[in-house]
Amino acid sequence: MTADMTTELGILVGNKWKKPPFVKRAWLRWLLIIGAGLYFIAAIYSIDVNWSRVYQGLDRGGAFVAAFFSPDFTSRWTDIKEGMTESIIMTVASSVVGILISIPIGLGAARNISPMPVYMICRGIIAVSRSLQEIIVAILLVAIFGFGPLAGFLTLSFATIGFLSKLLAEEIETINKGQAEAVRATGARWTQWINYGIQPQIMPRLIGLSMYRIDINFRESAILGLVGAGGIGATLNTAFDRYEYDTAAAILLIIIVIVMGLEYLSGIIRARVQ
Amino acid sequence: MPVIDQNGQAVWRRRTTGQSMVRWFGWLLGVAVFLWCWNYISEATTWFFVWDAPRIADDIFGRATPPRWSYIDKLWGPIWDTLNIATLGTIFALFMAIPVAFLAARNTTPSALFIRPIALLIIVGTRSINSLIWALLLIAIIGPGVFAGVVAISIRSIGFCAKLLYEAIEEINVIQVEAITATGASRWQVMAYGIMPQIMPALAGIAVFRWDINIRESTVLGLVGAGGIGLQLSSSLNTLAWPQVSLILLVILLAVVISEWVSAKVRGAII
Repeated sequence: MTADMTTELGILVGNKWKKPPFVKRAWLRWLLIIGAGLYFIAAIYSIDVNWSRVYQGLDRGGAFVAAFFSPDFTSRWTDIKEGMTESIIMTVASSVVGILISIPIGLGAARNISPMPVYMICRGIIAVSRSLQEIIVAILLVAIFGFGPLAGFLTLSFATIGFLSKLLAEEIETINKGQAEAVRATGARWTQWINYGIQPQIMPRLIGLSMYRIDINFRESAILGLVGAGGIGATLNTAFDRYEYDTAAAILLIIIVIVMGLEYLSGIIRARVQ
Repeated sequence: MPVIDQNGQAVWRRRTTGQSMVRWFGWLLGVAVFLWCWNYISEATTWFFVWDAPRIADDIFGRATPPRWSYIDKLWGPIWDTLNIATLGTIFALFMAIPVAFLAARNTTPSALFIRPIALLIIVGTRSINSLIWALLLIAIIGPGVFAGVVAISIRSIGFCAKLLYEAIEEINVIQVEAITATGASRWQVMAYGIMPQIMPALAGIAVFRWDINIRESTVLGLVGAGGIGLQLSSSLNTLAWPQVSLILLVILLAVVISEWVSAKVRGAII
């Protein structure tokens, strides 16, 4: 009786609208919710936080935040200047070398313009470069080549290859075939075909990606010093170890300003080439 | 179209003489800067070590193989910690990134003049500092351990997630928002029913994408003492236990490959 009433009423006035769930299948939804809940409990439980230590640290955290408003550029200026110069030099050199190497590898890794064996080799190089993180590569290269910016330079060049070649190859794979065929139909050699049929189509993207990679290389160069591969990281680490927050804040502010400058510059350049 | 006169015949050229000169000088300047940088690096390098490098590399490889497989028993705990750092870090980062993204998007910010620049500053500030540096800082403040790693990863991810999210918010379909507004919904209801459903796929995609990156980053956080498998890597490196180092590197490589595969599958299912 009541059931009939509700359905009849439902037909007359309509049911109350309910928000449709994000995952449609009910069992999958509940499985995800319960699984996530259980994982969350287990994860939180396995982290033992020393709250008294955290509480003690709040003063130091406050001191650090305060240091951002009164950064100390002067007392360690020689160290900061040297580290920053080294970081910038590593960034420039590794970006140039990395981009130059990644162009042929990118061409080789594009399925539509390269034969199968070349494609496999180039994709292999990209996969290796992408799956190894900068800092681990840096540790190994420091062990092999010794301390200094050379290890950092090689690390960043290697990392640039994986990033840039992959995105470049994807860009080449989506080019307009008509233009490339038209150039080939004029009797162009292979180099001319690449230079006039394909290069103009991918150039804007290549420039944009290169700018982005320079930005990343600079940010990464700031941490390579932690493992002895040159750059500002060593100075920063020392500043933290000695609890000189005002110097650390100064270094971080310089990094942020340079990154913002690079982003602004890359925005302008990308707007111009597109 | 630039042409050049050659024995009375017009020959096509890609650029005029002036354009070629400008380019030529640009390249010259670039090469000069690069050579100067290279000179600096070369002076700071002990070349004797570099010439000796093949022998050293061979030596290290000899010491590192075969990996010490039995060491895996001691790695399960750190692997679990690494997973937690990445996952919890991503979750906390999303909770903080959503408000920042709403404050930073031009169409939802309460004040484009005052609040938007602050939100953008948070995004740039957290994004431009690497998670290892955040970890160093947090270890100095709250002491070494997994917790410092979680906080470092979540702070670092705020900028990344908020940037992608606010771009998604700026691209939403206005008509749906207007429709919800027309029903007399409040500001919060418009957000929950007009904007959130539109950015939900983007949000899920960003979360999985960032989780993948965070797995990578959390494997090395231990190098500075912030928990995870990096701690084992660091202690093995310090004791020159190369067979353990090679095993840990294999585990990290595997973790990166698996997380990338999971992330690609999930994003494929969402989009």
